[in-house]
Amino acid sequence: MNKQDQPLIFEYSRPGRVGYSLPELDVPAEEILDLIPCDYIRQEAPEWPEVSELQIMRHYTALSKRNHGVDSGFYPLGSCTMKYNPKVNEVVARMAGLSHIHPYQDEETVQGAMEMLYRLQTNLAEITGMDEVTLQPAAGAHGEWTGLMIIRAYHEAKGDFNRTKVIVPDSAHGTNPASATVAGFEAVTVKSNEKGIVDLEDLRRVVDENTAALMLTNPNTLGLFEEEIVEMASIVHEAGGKLYYDGANMNAIMGVIRPGDMGFDVVHLNLHKTFTGPHGGGGPGSGPVGVKEDLVKYLPKPVLVKEGDRYTFDYDRPDSIGRVKPFYGNFGINVRAYSYIRTMGDAGLTQVSKDAVLNANYLMKRLEPYFDMPFNQHCKHEFVLSGKRQKKQGVRTLDMAKRLLDFGYHPPTIYFPIIVEECMMIEPTETESKETLDEFADALIQIAKEAETDPEIVQDAPHNTVISRLDETRAARQPVLRYERPKQEA
Amino acid sequence: MNTPKELRYSEEHEWVKTEDGKVCIGITDFAQDELGDIVFVELPEVGEDIEADEPFGSVESVKTVSELYAPISGKVVEINEELEDSPEFVNESPYEKAWMIVIEASDESEIEKLMDAESYEKMISEE
Repeated sequence: MNKQDQPLIFEYSRPGRVGYSLPELDVPAEEILDLIPCDYIRQEAPEWPEVSELQIMRHYTALSKRNHGVDSGFYPLGSCTMKYNPKVNEVVARMAGLSHIHPYQDEETVQGAMEMLYRLQTNLAEITGMDEVTLQPAAGAHGEWTGLMIIRAYHEAKGDFNRTKVIVPDSAHGTNPASATVAGFEAVTVKSNEKGIVDLEDLRRVVDENTAALMLTNPNTLGLFEEEIVEMASIVHEAGGKLYYDGANMNAIMGVIRPGDMGFDVVHLNLHKTFTGPHGGGGPGSGPVGVKEDLVKYLPKPVLVKEGDRYTFDYDRPDSIGRVKPFYGNFGINVRAYSYIRTMGDAGLTQVSKDAVLNANYLMKRLEPYFDMPFNQHCKHEFVLSGKRQKKQGVRTLDMAKRLLDFGYHPPTIYFPIIVEECMMIEPTETESKETLDEFADALIQIAKEAETDPEIVQDAPHNTVISRLDETRAARQPVLRYERPKQEA
Repeated sequence: MNTPKELRYSEEHEWVKTEDGKVCIGITDFAQDELGDIVFVELPEVGEDIEADEPFGSVESVKTVSELYAPISGKVVEINEELEDSPEFVNESPYEKAWMIVIEASDESEIEKLMDAESYEKMISEE
């Protein structure tokens, strides 16, 4: 059904073929030169594909069949929380009062939508243990950058311009050092110990009067809870630094423990992960940032506030780091998150995290006899296994990930975190049934056995997909970034 | 795994070669095999100072980006510009075509403290 060489839409094109009909012109015709300066008028027509409606339908239907999403199959991508997105969110987001409004409307005419955003902020502040939340940042890394700029503003307001370093663990998400660098800091690594959590001695060594912040995700990317978090917080706070919480792994702790209570000063959340905004496929995301009281005045403006019974955008924030996004965040995703929070309630959200942790531990326990588990302890919402045993048979973790495609699964995150050799990072989420977890475990166990008995079947995988192994090296060394139309023969 | 006898090795999988007073640095055969196909090599500028155990550049493979840790301290006097266009040299010829930098060592005795081939082979066999 899926042809190996799916043509591009441009390759179906035949001159003069049309898939549309336009109505008669019913307004006076204007000369284009009267409307647009001639410098901006292109001299040649754009080479749009000229195709029929049926060709378009078949083309995109064929492409869509090649997609893999949570609605089509299991997607245990570690640290990405690929959970099911309830369809009630879509119904809510399409309600006329939420979908037919515009951010340029007078505030008085969109009080309902503003109330909803305000309630979302309040809910997120409660869930994270923060004092105030902004919904502006567009996604996780944008939230990280926003949070770090707030921390920078805080230090500089005290006249302290020497806080140049942001400390990140060697297990951190790659976005953490990247955001720190973009925000103008130097990223400094703190090592993990043999238990997979931050080494307190090393933390004491790297923290000093130049430390602006420690960025941490808890549970960390190994799926382990940083048990020494209170001690870590006091080390950083005593040196005058702030604690930043990367909310990527929030799905593990909702309703159980709050970053604010662990000593964190700034938090970002990924509403497209934990709070069921559609995830993958290009987004958009939403990365709200919450802060403790002493940082509130630096939040990006405008800040959505409640004055009496009215909701309004407060621009009178002289210490604000300024606006970080046009309008007030990705509204549609924030609507979906609010719908999710109200659907679940506080007991429901707590159950989400408990089930996410239970599912991860169940899966880990089933896989334990067949793979190396670098940290012999309970995990939180995700866990990391190592393919060291399979590597001895010449089968790499990459090969096992490719082999999983033959079973219809999206492979887990591989080769991250980088401190575990040949690692695979599995996050099943709470929305999967026991049967799905068992089928996935059976597939991985079969692959582990194949690595012993028939390594080639794994090394040459995938066998059942439209395209087998891609040349990732050539794609990285000689990237082809745009389509070039074949030269027409004379 | 190829581990030439005449080189010295660091725990971070860099090799050091001393020849005609020049100190040349690259990454080992073991390191390139672990990293997989290298797609990009980032090196310091000539004239920069590098410090032992601190990063001086990075190598990017299809699966990860890894920092290059200086085995010893010194000043960079030459870099292998060919690696910019031909990162595959790191996989094909880690000890010859893929030398990365030449430095003027600030303390040559640091080289003596690095592992010899035998100790390095022992270390990687235990990993």
